[in-house]
Amino acid sequence: MKGKSLISINDYTKEEQLRILEIAKDFESNPSQNLLNNKVVATLFFEPSTRTRLSFESAVCRLGGKVIGFSDSSSTSVKKGESLKDTIITVSNYSDLIVMRNPVEGSARFASEVSKVPVINAGDGANQHPTQTLLDLYTILQTQHTLDDLHVAFVGDLKYGRTVHSLVIALCNFNCTFHLVSPTELKLPSAVKIHIKEKKLAYYQYTDLNDVLPLVDILYMTRIQRERFSDPLEYERVKNLYNLNKSMLEHTKENMKVLHPMPRVNEIDIDVDDSPKAHYFQQALNGVYVRQALITSILGLK
Amino acid sequence: MVKELKVSALENGTVIDHIPSKSVFKVIKILNLENYENQILFGINLESKKFGTKGIIKVHNKYFKKEEINKIALVAPSATLITIKDFQIIEKTSLQIPNYIEGIVKCFNPNCITNIEKVVTKFNLVPDQEIKLRCHYCEKITGKNNLAFI
Ligand SMILES: [Zn+2]
Repeated sequence: MKGKSLISINDYTKEEQLRILEIAKDFESNPSQNLLNNKVVATLFFEPSTRTRLSFESAVCRLGGKVIGFSDSSSTSVKKGESLKDTIITVSNYSDLIVMRNPVEGSARFASEVSKVPVINAGDGANQHPTQTLLDLYTILQTQHTLDDLHVAFVGDLKYGRTVHSLVIALCNFNCTFHLVSPTELKLPSAVKIHIKEKKLAYYQYTDLNDVLPLVDILYMTRIQRERFSDPLEYERVKNLYNLNKSMLEHTKENMKVLHPMPRVNEIDIDVDDSPKAHYFQQALNGVYVRQALITSILGLK
Repeated sequence: MVKELKVSALENGTVIDHIPSKSVFKVIKILNLENYENQILFGINLESKKFGTKGIIKVHNKYFKKEEINKIALVAPSATLITIKDFQIIEKTSLQIPNYIEGIVKCFNPNCITNIEKVVTKFNLVPDQEIKLRCHYCEKITGKNNLAFI
């Protein structure tokens, strides 16, 4: 993967994705490795995303590298009307790798075409956020010891959730069965279901969370946002239907784990946090290992 | 009347034949023939053995470049392009929508980088019955209903 930008999860083959997960495992057991001596990584966040940015910066710091960049574009030359192209060309002169988050869709692909150094997409609008997908795959592998033949439930906003779309598509490589739980107006788009059908895998759709609880190995929860509903009453009606609490875990499989891309609002009750089945904080931590793996393999150090 | 519109009437130029009747005005617009000063003849709802009815455009003293031909293929995939010199048919080409399209079509997504910064659009054709173009940048699909040209 040396020198290879990661813009869209499909830029990496299944084998390349598995290789990243393997390297990440090495970082999990030994997170501080001084591999990035004298390397500079630029983190360009044209919109704030503290969680993602800190995870990348933590990864670089634990590797002994230096970080330059900005955490939102309001104080930069971008605000003065500088083009993305000019910003990227300039920063690629100053760094060995660019990590970029930008609300404009396709901006990361464009950046990778004008940059002299590889680019990692840390989110381009509603389009792609491939490092989230890799860390989700890593977390599933970590908890289930396999990615094959699993029953995975996705719960909440399946229509707009970019995280869900990418993970569903990535899991299509692993013979999973999909259990899709959402309000009718937030069902998984057919453009994503096409990928499931292409691989001749099974998916089932539900509106009641309780129906899937006994069936699945992974329960992937997501946030339902008020602004997705044209009718506020409809939001009030559905918002509590997709809340998980501790008592609901009684009817789940022994190996079942709850994941969430975070931040959560109230879709997972805090009483779930103590359960051995809660795995969403570990999931966020895994993001650091996966990003360490990605950065070092793109820079040809692993 | 139909006979008179046939290929032989043109001394030098291009005939675009077998255009779906409803697409003739779109083809005129895409090729920017509205601003062309030489003689142009066009017909709509003409009889066609192949398609029932068809449209035809004849442009005097004009030969089209390949990228202009590509533009036509997007609205009139069934069209035939006939090049005429000295009343003779020099070339007859049937059009095909290319698998890769650069710089002709607009991405329908207003939040796409190609609509925000000066970036040449690129699309890959998605295999389907209908025209579906996947944007190389934002990965959204521009379809028949929101197809617009630069
Ligand atoms: Zn686009």
